Amino acid sequence: MINALGAPQHLLLLGGTSDIALAIAREYARVSPALRVTLAARPGARRDAAVASLTAAGCTAVALDFDALDTAAHGTLLDGVTVDIDVAVVAFGLLGDPEQAWTEVEAARELAAVNYVGAVTTGVALGARVRAQGHGVIVALSSVAGERPRRSNFVYGSTKAGMDAFYTGLGEALREHGGRVLVVRPGFVHSRMTEGLDAAPLATTPEAVAQAVVEAVRDGKEQIWVPGTMRAVMSGLRHLPRSVFRRLPV
Amino acid sequence: MTRSILSGWGGTSPSASDIVRPTDLATLRSALTTPGPRGVIARGLGRSYGDPAQNAGGSVLDLTGWDAILDVDVHAPTVRVQAGISLDRLLRAMLPLGLWLPVVPGTRQVTVGGAIAADVHGKNHHVHGSFGRHVVSMDLLLPSGDVVSLTPEGDDPDLFWATCGGMGLTGIVLATTIRLQPVETSSFVVDTERTPDLATLLERLASGDDAYTYSVAWFDTSTRGPSLGRSVITRGRSARVEDLDPSRRSHPLDFAAPQRGRVPFILPTSAVNRLSARAFNALWYAKAPRHRTGEVQDITQFFHPLDVVGDWNRLYGPRGFCQYQFVVPDAEVAAFTSAVEAIAASGHVSSLNVLKRFGPASPAPLSFPMPGWTLAVDLPVRPGLDALLDHLDALVVEAGGRVYLAKDSRTSPATLRRMYPRLDEFLTVRRRVDPHGVLRSDLSRRLDL
Repeated sequence: MINALGAPQHLLLLGGTSDIALAIAREYARVSPALRVTLAARPGARRDAAVASLTAAGCTAVALDFDALDTAAHGTLLDGVTVDIDVAVVAFGLLGDPEQAWTEVEAARELAAVNYVGAVTTGVALGARVRAQGHGVIVALSSVAGERPRRSNFVYGSTKAGMDAFYTGLGEALREHGGRVLVVRPGFVHSRMTEGLDAAPLATTPEAVAQAVVEAVRDGKEQIWVPGTMRAVMSGLRHLPRSVFRRLPV
Repeated sequence: MTRSILSGWGGTSPSASDIVRPTDLATLRSALTTPGPRGVIARGLGRSYGDPAQNAGGSVLDLTGWDAILDVDVHAPTVRVQAGISLDRLLRAMLPLGLWLPVVPGTRQVTVGGAIAADVHGKNHHVHGSFGRHVVSMDLLLPSGDVVSLTPEGDDPDLFWATCGGMGLTGIVLATTIRLQPVETSSFVVDTERTPDLATLLERLASGDDAYTYSVAWFDTSTRGPSLGRSVITRGRSARVEDLDPSRRSHPLDFAAPQRGRVPFILPTSAVNRLSARAFNALWYAKAPRHRTGEVQDITQFFHPLDVVGDWNRLYGPRGFCQYQFVVPDAEVAAFTSAVEAIAASGHVSSLNVLKRFGPASPAPLSFPMPGWTLAVDLPVRPGLDALLDHLDALVVEAGGRVYLAKDSRTSPATLRRMYPRLDEFLTVRRRVDPHGVLRSDLSRRLDL
């Protein structure tokens, strides 16, 4: 169970090798001394390293085979996870090459399949689990890129817009079942995913995102931006006329 | 059966349970013998602060309708009741007979079943002990569907005592016989005094409590420095007819329990913050007389000032609050003082702080009281509260003390084990009567019980 001050006993990371997911686990390990973490990711060296790093941080870390593209397996994904899932983090996603993504069918399909379809099908499985156990928090890592599409990465942005809407709605649906969904909209995060890219203004780190997530779960929030100032910035950007918006260096 | 979101009185950690309102034994029995995969727990009036009376994804048996008074023996004196009856209703029924409950906690809005499950205590703990001490017998419905009649000295005293303080995890109390006390009036003769600091307070309680049946101190945890722990001690005894104002002597057992309003909805944000809590603390201290003896007070004034405002927990807003109540042994005054200093220095301000000196412990393995000092504080959930309470847990464990499960909403299995050295005795009984873990709550999941 998650306790009154938001410390879970069991954390599920979907996309368990992502920098943000692991930062969230480390942040929780500080408030939950006997934290159990289930790392759902494709088998391999990266996953093994992630399990080892969380074990070193004092967690009981267990690996679970998970491929975001294998949607047929998502319905039974959690069958082997017998312990209540207190907090589940949906952290998998691809950034892709933004130019290929709108000019090549296969690149576009993969981005949509992982970031949107995979997020929805795992969301269905998580929703079923929350309904059955009568409690649980789902943390969905969306992006400010989904708030207003921009020329530079609109395919990625469109997948995040879709998953953001799905998880926002899932949060409403799960309310009466004791569940809660936190949709997280980070700006540019310095991580493996963005390695080599020029940082956007208000860039943040996986650790900052993790800290914000832990606080927001504790406070019962349903939607946050990281950093917090991004909320006002995006609110302004959403209302800019297109002719102005397209001239902005974002 | 309806699925509802339940939480404790503190409003933290809500979860969804299927609520069943049994009105006959067959329904109750089938709820236990054909449970769903996530088990069953009983719930009374939901005054536990944390998560013992909710069962996420499972069933909750709302027993507040299981509330008949079955028999009164005015000579013994004892009363036999169904366990869902509230102490409020029971008191109102017993007072006209000149009878009074041996243990009355800080609110009358708890059920008898809940009072047994948490082994509640009152202001007279140093004289009369906790609730379980006054239970003559109880009928317990076990997960097997069998009903056993238990007494402290009967065939299965281990099960009797595991049920007292067992947080509903050994069975469902159907009916119970409780020992009562004769009283002449419904009033109390109360002495009030203020103490300027913590040391004086502890000294006054240690030396003076024996002269009173009831004793408690309200306590300021927000003022630091030399006035740290300034307090108002109220102590008293049941009033005799001649103590009353002549105009009231013809109807000494009348019971006035006004409710002067309620908080209509959960406030959008907590009304209890540093400013309002400090102001409340200062006002409470200032309004108390420096020293007054022999004042006659009614039940609500003396026992239950908070019952005057209905749903007062809603003042804490949607995020709710944690009540933290701990006890440390008599000799651990230093640890107690450290805990008070830690609270005062933390910036987390509590407006309702109650301090008491407990008497001897009960034989029940999970009963909270032990001879020593207990303090209860109400803390709104704010950043950093987890670190403060973890620090207090460490102090309490180090001193050989413990926290109260009826108030707890955040401690861990490992800490619980260090606080309750007789935990395994309890678990042995629990596994004997509930081998498949039918009786389950969010608390039992959180604390691995």
